[in-house]
Amino acid sequence: MSHPGCHEFLSSLSEYVDGTLDESLCVEIERHMADCNNCRVVIDTLRKTIELYHVTAPQPSVPDEVRARLFRRLDLDEFLGA
Amino acid sequence: MSSSTHSSEDFSLAALRAGDRAEFARLVETYSGFIYRLALKLLEEPQDAEDVLQETFIKAYRSLPNFDGRSSLSTWLYRIATNEALMLMRRRKINQISIEEPKETSEDEEQEPLQILDWCCAPEAELMSSEARQVLDQAIDTLPESLRVVFVLRDIEGLSTLETGEVLNLSETAVKTRLSRARLRLREQLTGYFGERMRQQAMEEERE
Repeated sequence: MSHPGCHEFLSSLSEYVDGTLDESLCVEIERHMADCNNCRVVIDTLRKTIELYHVTAPQPSVPDEVRARLFRRLDLDEFLGA
Repeated sequence: MSSSTHSSEDFSLAALRAGDRAEFARLVETYSGFIYRLALKLLEEPQDAEDVLQETFIKAYRSLPNFDGRSSLSTWLYRIATNEALMLMRRRKINQISIEEPKETSEDEEQEPLQILDWCCAPEAELMSSEARQVLDQAIDTLPESLRVVFVLRDIEGLSTLETGEVLNLSETAVKTRLSRARLRLREQLTGYFGERMRQQAMEEERE
């Protein structure tokens, strides 16, 4: 982020990588990126950061013993085997 | 990934409100995985996550007769679970000795990118190592609570901006702002870690 203009885009980058940013702002960011390697790196590593959290997120499963205690606590023992 | 795989229509609200045990067991079965993971990501401690899981469904069972159906069942359950987790987080903070507290920064600052280094092409084994996973978890831990909860709901649990806003009682704009701040801070931390790893590897290669 070496150009004076880089800071302006900072708060828009998250929406930019989500693809939810206004088209006119996207065009501005892309025009800026063509000249600003630092911003390109920040955008690429921001995208990679989000992707890493996505792919390493654990499966939403409950360990068997936790599930058993939950059903017992809720008085749902009879449905435990289901 | 998304909690929207099951919608409220999959359940009979009338049966749930009337205290039908089998229907409630089905609800518990469907959502316990998501709620456990949410609590685990927010609190890190399996015992705390289990407490949140149990309390969420105890409260849900008690409140079901009054559930008005304005939000979806999943959003409603997430709201109860998030509030439980936040309460536990705050209680834990009070009991914590201050020097053990992770370094938290103020939530309303935009993280200016200080480290510019392209680590996107680091080898897959490096990006997905167990050490890297630990760094990812620890990075979440350093986020201020208000940013952490938005990041976990949006980027880990896969809720939409709208759903996240409903769970936390925030406008969509506020969700987007907090998500942006959380992501930029995490990017900064991961850049610190992967940048150092890449530097070390380059040095090793030079030596060889």
